[in-house]
Amino acid sequence: MTWRRLLSELMATRAGAFGLFAVALLLIVAIFAPLLASHDPNAIAPMNRLQGPSLAHFFGTDQLGRDLYSRTVYGTRIAISVAVVVLSISLSVGILLGVTAAYAPRVIDQLILSIFDIINSFPSLILALALVAVLGAGLGNLVLLVSIVFIPQFGRVARAQTLGIRNSLYFEAEQVLGAEPWRILLQHVLPNIIGPIFVLASMNIPVVITIEAGLSFLGVGVRPPLASWGGLLHDGYTYLDQSPWLAVTAGLSLIFATLGFTLLGEALRDAIDPKLRQPR
Amino acid sequence: MVGAVALLLSLTILIPGDPATILLGPRATPETIAALHTQMGLDLPFPTRLAQFLGHAAVGDLGRDVFTGRAVAQIIAEAVPNTALLAFSAILLAVLIGIPLGALSALKPGGAVDQAIAFLSVGFVSAPSFVNSIFLLLVFALWLPWFPVLGAGNGLLDQLWHLVLPAVALAVVWIGYIARLLRSSLLEVLNEPYIRTMRAYGLPERVVLLKYALKPACIPTLAILGMGVGELLGGAVFAEVIFNRPGLGSLIYDAIQTRNYPVLQGAVLVIVMLFVLTNLLVDLSYAWVDPRVRARRASGGERSA
Amino acid sequence: MTEAPLLSIRGLEIRYATERGPAQVLGGISLEIPHGSVVGIVGESGSGKSTLALALMGLLPSNASQPQGSLLFDGEELAGLSPSHRRRLRGTKMAMVFQDPMSALHPLFAIGTQMVDVQRAKYPGVGKSELWRRAAAMLTRVGVPDAALRMSRYPHEFSGGMRQRVMIAMALLVEPKLLVADEPTTALDATIEAQIVELLRDIRQEIQGSVILISHSLGLVAELCDLVVVMYAGKVVETGPVAAVFAEPRHPYTRALLGCEIDPWQAVDPSIPLPRIPGSPPDLVDPPRGCVFAARCPLRFERCSEPPPLTPAPDGRAAACWLA
Repeated sequence: MTWRRLLSELMATRAGAFGLFAVALLLIVAIFAPLLASHDPNAIAPMNRLQGPSLAHFFGTDQLGRDLYSRTVYGTRIAISVAVVVLSISLSVGILLGVTAAYAPRVIDQLILSIFDIINSFPSLILALALVAVLGAGLGNLVLLVSIVFIPQFGRVARAQTLGIRNSLYFEAEQVLGAEPWRILLQHVLPNIIGPIFVLASMNIPVVITIEAGLSFLGVGVRPPLASWGGLLHDGYTYLDQSPWLAVTAGLSLIFATLGFTLLGEALRDAIDPKLRQPR
Repeated sequence: MVGAVALLLSLTILIPGDPATILLGPRATPETIAALHTQMGLDLPFPTRLAQFLGHAAVGDLGRDVFTGRAVAQIIAEAVPNTALLAFSAILLAVLIGIPLGALSALKPGGAVDQAIAFLSVGFVSAPSFVNSIFLLLVFALWLPWFPVLGAGNGLLDQLWHLVLPAVALAVVWIGYIARLLRSSLLEVLNEPYIRTMRAYGLPERVVLLKYALKPACIPTLAILGMGVGELLGGAVFAEVIFNRPGLGSLIYDAIQTRNYPVLQGAVLVIVMLFVLTNLLVDLSYAWVDPRVRARRASGGERSA
Repeated sequence: MTEAPLLSIRGLEIRYATERGPAQVLGGISLEIPHGSVVGIVGESGSGKSTLALALMGLLPSNASQPQGSLLFDGEELAGLSPSHRRRLRGTKMAMVFQDPMSALHPLFAIGTQMVDVQRAKYPGVGKSELWRRAAAMLTRVGVPDAALRMSRYPHEFSGGMRQRVMIAMALLVEPKLLVADEPTTALDATIEAQIVELLRDIRQEIQGSVILISHSLGLVAELCDLVVVMYAGKVVETGPVAAVFAEPRHPYTRALLGCEIDPWQAVDPSIPLPRIPGSPPDLVDPPRGCVFAARCPLRFERCSEPPPLTPAPDGRAAACWLA
C-alpha cells in the first residue's frame, strides 16, 4: 500500500477527508504552537479576566486574564504529544509482552495473559483515575500510568499474530532451513503486525486525548499552569455562570480533535484492513 | 478478580506519604505514628495485609472512612443506588433512541435519512461525555432555565427532573454507537438466506425487518452494551461531579481530593465487581437470545479464545 | 394440449453487475410450464438455473438488472409489476424450496413460528392456533415424527433431511400454483437424498399446481419430472418430455451430459478415461455471438457462428441446434 494510494483512499469519502484535514491542522498547531500563539499562555493579567472574544484576545480570556486562544493552542500540543507518547509506550511494551508470551513457555504465557486480564477488568477511566490518584498527578506520571491501560490491546494483537506465524508450516520450513527464530521474527512477524497495530493505535488516539482531558478536568492530570484542554474545561465549569467562553473553547477543541482523529482512524482502518470494514 | 484486588492493594502500599502521618497532622510524635501504624495494620507484611483485606471484604467490611470513621461499606452502599439509577437511565435512553435510529438507517441505506443519522452518530460518538455534560448544563440549565443545575432532587418527580440532563449527557455517546452498530448488523442480516426465505413467502418488509432481522442484529449490540458498562461507570464519575449528584463517582472524586484511601479502595473494588458482574450478565443473556448458544453450553461448556 | 400454460416465458434476459462489467446470466430464455406438470431444469453450475428461479419469484439480488422479456404467469404479466404486487404473489400463488435448509431457516425462531408466519400471506385473518395446527399436520404428512413436539424446536435441533422436509412442508402449506424447488437434494447426503426423493414422489399426486425442479442431477429429474428443460450458459438448449429427451437427445450438449453419467452398477474399466466435456463454459461478461456451446461441441460447423433458434419441432420437442 503506497502512500499515494493511501492518501487517495482517505480522501475518497467526506468523512475521511475531514478527518485528514482536521488531524493535519491539529498537528500543525501542535508543532508550531509558539509561532501561532498570540500571547504567552501563562501571562496573567487580572484586569482582563473573563472577557469574551475580541481582536486582542481571539477566544477571550480566562479567570486570570490569560489569553484563551494561546492556551488552546498550547493545549493542542499537550493533547497530541501525550497521546503519541502514551501510545508509543503502550505499543512497545505491548508488542514486547505479546511476542514474548507467544514464544515463551506456557507458564509465562499464562502469566502475561493474566496481567492483561487484570488490566482489562478495570474500566479504563477508573483504572487511570485510581493509578494517578494514588501515585500522584502531573504530566510524567500521567503518561506512564495511562500507558498501562492500553497495553493489553497491543499485547493481544502481537501475541495472536506471532502465534499464527509460529504455527504456520511456512515458519517450520524456514527453521528447517536453518534460520534463527529472531530473524524470522523480524522478517515475518513485524511486517504482519504493523497494519493492525497502526490501525489500533490511530483509533485509540481520541481515547487517550479524552482520558487525559478527563483526568486533567478532575484535577489529577496535567497540573496548571500547564494549559491542558481538560484543565481549561475545569476552569470553564467553575466559571460557567460568569463566562461561557472558557468552557465553549475547550469543549469545542476537544470535540474537534476527537472527531477528527476518530474519522481519520476509521478511514485508515477501512483503507488498510478491509476485513475490518463495515458493510456500507 | 483476585489479581485486580491485589493490584489495588499494592497501589495503596505505594502511596507516597504515610496515611498515619497525614491523619495525625504535623505535630505527631514518632510514638503516636507507630501506634496508629499498628492500629491500621500498616506494619504487617504485604501478603498478610492482602489476606486481611480479602478476609474483611468477604464479610463486607471494607475498612473505615479516614475522617468520619464510618464504615466504608455503608458509605458505598448508600452511594451505589444513585449511580445505578443514573447508569440505568442512560442505558435505557440510549437503547430507546439508538435502536430505532439504527433500524431507520437500515431501511433505506445510503438515503437522506441514513446519511443524516450517520453524521449525527459520528458526532455523538466522538464527544466525550463530560464535554456534553457541560454544554448541556450551559444551554439547558443556565441559558434556558429548563432544568435544575445541581443536585439530585427530592421527591420522585423532582428526582426524575434532575436526572434528565446527566442521563442525556451519558446516553449521547451510546446512542451514536448503538445506531451505527445496529445499522451495520441489520444490513448484514438482511442479506442472509433465512431472511430471503421469509421474503419468499410474501412477508411484508416491515415484519421481516422488525421481527426476523432485528433479533439477530441485536446480538452484537448486546455485546457492546456489556463492554460499555465500564465506560459508563467512568462517565458517571464526571456526570456526578459536574451535576453535583451523590453517587460512587462523587465518592471517588472526593476520596481522591482528600486522600481518603479506604473509601477510594472500597469504591474502586465495588466498581470492579459491578463491572465483572455486568459482563457476566451480558454473557448469560446471549443464551437467552440465541438458542444455539444455550445448546452448546448445555452440552459441552464453552471454550474461550 | 391447447390449454394455456401456467407460465410462459419469452425472451427473458438478466444481467448481473460484476467487477469486470455486466455478465449476461440469462440470455433470452423462452419456455412454457403447463398446468399440473413437473418440469425439470437441468444444467451445470453457472447455467443460470437458479437465477431463473429467483427471477420468477421476484427475489433477484440488488446487483441484477431489471429483467427484460415477458413472464406471463397465470394470466398476469409479471415483468414491470411493482415490487409490492410481486410480493403478493409470493406465499400465495408461488412458493420456493431453497437449496440449503440449514441457512434457509431462521436460527433464532422455533420451526412452528416460522411455519405459521409463512402461511399468513395466504390465510390472513386466520388465527395462530389454526395455522399452527395446519403446520403440525403438514409436518406429519412429510414424514417428520412427533410433529407436535417438534414444532417448538429450533432448526439446529433438526437433522439435514428433517430440515428439508420442513422446507417442503412450508411450500405445501400455501398450496401454490407454482412450486419452485431449487436443488432440493444437493446439500444432503446420498441416503437422505433418497428419502427426500421418495417423499417428493409421494406427494407429487397431491400437488395441484405445477412444479419446477431445478437440479444438476439427471437421475433426479428422470425420476420425478414429466418435462425437462436443458440450460447452458444462460440459454435453453433443449426441451421436451423427459423420457424422450433422455432416450434420444437432439442437442450435442444434452448428449454429452448424458454421456457423463456413470452407471453405478457397471464395473469401471480403469484404462478407459471417464467421459467429460472438454473445455469450460463461456465467459458471461463476453458471451459468444453464435451458438453458445459451439466452442466445446464436437459437431460444430460453419453455421454455428449464427445462434440457432429454439423452434419447436412437430412433436413438441425443441433443440437449439442447426443439426436437430
